[in-house]
Amino acid sequence: MTLRVSGIAIAIGAFLGIPTGATIALRDFAGKRLLISIVNTLMGLPPVVVGLLVYLTLSTSGPFGPLQLLYTPTAMIIAQSIMAVPIVAGVTISSIGAVDKIIHDKAVSLGATRSQVTMTILKEARLGLLMAIIVAFGAAISEVGAVMIVGGNIRWATRVLTTAIVLETELGEFSVAMALGIILLLMSFLVNWVLTQMQWKGMRR
Amino acid sequence: MPIVEARKLTKQYHEKIALKSINMGIDRGDFLAVVGPSGSGKTTFLRLLDLLDEPTKGQILYDGVDTAQPEKERLTIRRHIGIVFQQSVMFNTSVYDNVAYPLRIRGANRDLTQKVDETLALVRLEGFEERRATALSGGEMQRVSLAQALIFDPELLLLDEPTANLDPKNSVIIEQIVSKVNREHKVTVVMATHNMLQAQNLASKAAVLREGELTEIGSVEEVFRKPSDFLTDFAKLQNVYSGQARVIEPGLALIDIGGKVTIEVTTQKEGNVTMFIRPEEIIVSTSPIRSSARNMLKGKVIEVVDLNRQVQIKVDTGKEFTAVITRRSFEEMKLNLGSQVYLNFKASSVHVI
Repeated sequence: MTLRVSGIAIAIGAFLGIPTGATIALRDFAGKRLLISIVNTLMGLPPVVVGLLVYLTLSTSGPFGPLQLLYTPTAMIIAQSIMAVPIVAGVTISSIGAVDKIIHDKAVSLGATRSQVTMTILKEARLGLLMAIIVAFGAAISEVGAVMIVGGNIRWATRVLTTAIVLETELGEFSVAMALGIILLLMSFLVNWVLTQMQWKGMRR
Repeated sequence: MPIVEARKLTKQYHEKIALKSINMGIDRGDFLAVVGPSGSGKTTFLRLLDLLDEPTKGQILYDGVDTAQPEKERLTIRRHIGIVFQQSVMFNTSVYDNVAYPLRIRGANRDLTQKVDETLALVRLEGFEERRATALSGGEMQRVSLAQALIFDPELLLLDEPTANLDPKNSVIIEQIVSKVNREHKVTVVMATHNMLQAQNLASKAAVLREGELTEIGSVEEVFRKPSDFLTDFAKLQNVYSGQARVIEPGLALIDIGGKVTIEVTTQKEGNVTMFIRPEEIIVSTSPIRSSARNMLKGKVIEVVDLNRQVQIKVDTGKEFTAVITRRSFEEMKLNLGSQVYLNFKASSVHVI
């Protein structure tokens, strides 16, 4: 459950966040700096606030109430995606910014079209993009506030490791909570390890 | 018809005018050296020729066609032009992928491996295919850059100080390759350089840029046979000093250049003057010599730069002087860092500007 929710949320976050970040980083427009500041602020968006906003939109009296999404895994995915997009976009912006301006000139001078130049720069920033995903995943899998509010911590349905830990702790079952915590850490470690391996391979290429 | 022609080409960055109304035609097969000190507009000129930037005023014509066109048409023209920047950057991947890049983005994947191999052989980097490009030495990177600019058989090759920060060995290799593609493949070459010797050795034509203006253009012989003060001035920027000139007899002055160094100079000028001495005009000896040279300064060797057949040494005599001597003399005199030497030069070898 934990992996599924956070995994899908990150996939959506990357799907929306990378192009958004790339567009902001590569285009010149008025208010670019302001927009980057906004993205950076949203990177630190408190999960509880996201949970509350998603709750309000999905609750029966909210605009998307009729969809009956509240207290479903879909609601949790939506909440975590909203958190992930600015994180992915923000790290994408900075890693593209770190790619030398000369790389851009070089691609253009060697005859690349506009979209080929963009692809080339994204490829140069690939390690940073992977980093964006690692950071966003770490934030999503450890987050408890949003999933608690919109998921409701329903056993076998919307309970994830973090919310389970909260529950067990409240019940005084510290050893179970601890065990779950260790499982969460292990899981996070495994995913990060796989991603880091990919990053190393990317570096050696 | 010239392959490329500049008409009243002007480029302005904010307040600063980088190029002032340049008129120039470059014929097919030419090897044009664009010489000028840094900041004279060489890079700006090459970037405009590669259609990377757009001129503020004026035109660039390729085969008689104006290039002030939509980016799509400019790209089509640009795909026949290769450029090597002064600072080389590599895509963070293998040498093979770097060299194959220009063909891949053109969708020309036929015989890709063979073409990459041929081009790598041309720049003498056979067997480097699998190496990571970003881990190469500066000279090797510059040769990969040259391979990237050559693999698509450009009609025009633009070089921006291609050997500026390179060791002599890599410089020579790059000069040879560029010379070869110009002679054998009839590629038109435009090379920006501040190295006059390089310009003289490689190019057939030369243009001099000074503060964004084209001051001289013609065959290499014409431009370099009687170099203007300006040319000598910037080309041999070494050994430039200023000081107070005190006339001791008509046409001969003593100039105190500081550091307890006084030199005799043939000049009519008095007061504050600036002068330079060409490094080749200094005779280096290990002991005092009797000669007609009016100046003899004693000092220590503080820097040795290998220029292939020649060696450039820097000597501290109270003031630093740079001298260029043959490798043979350098070896015969058993010079090294810290060696004590005498610098001898005629009063008439000191050029007062």
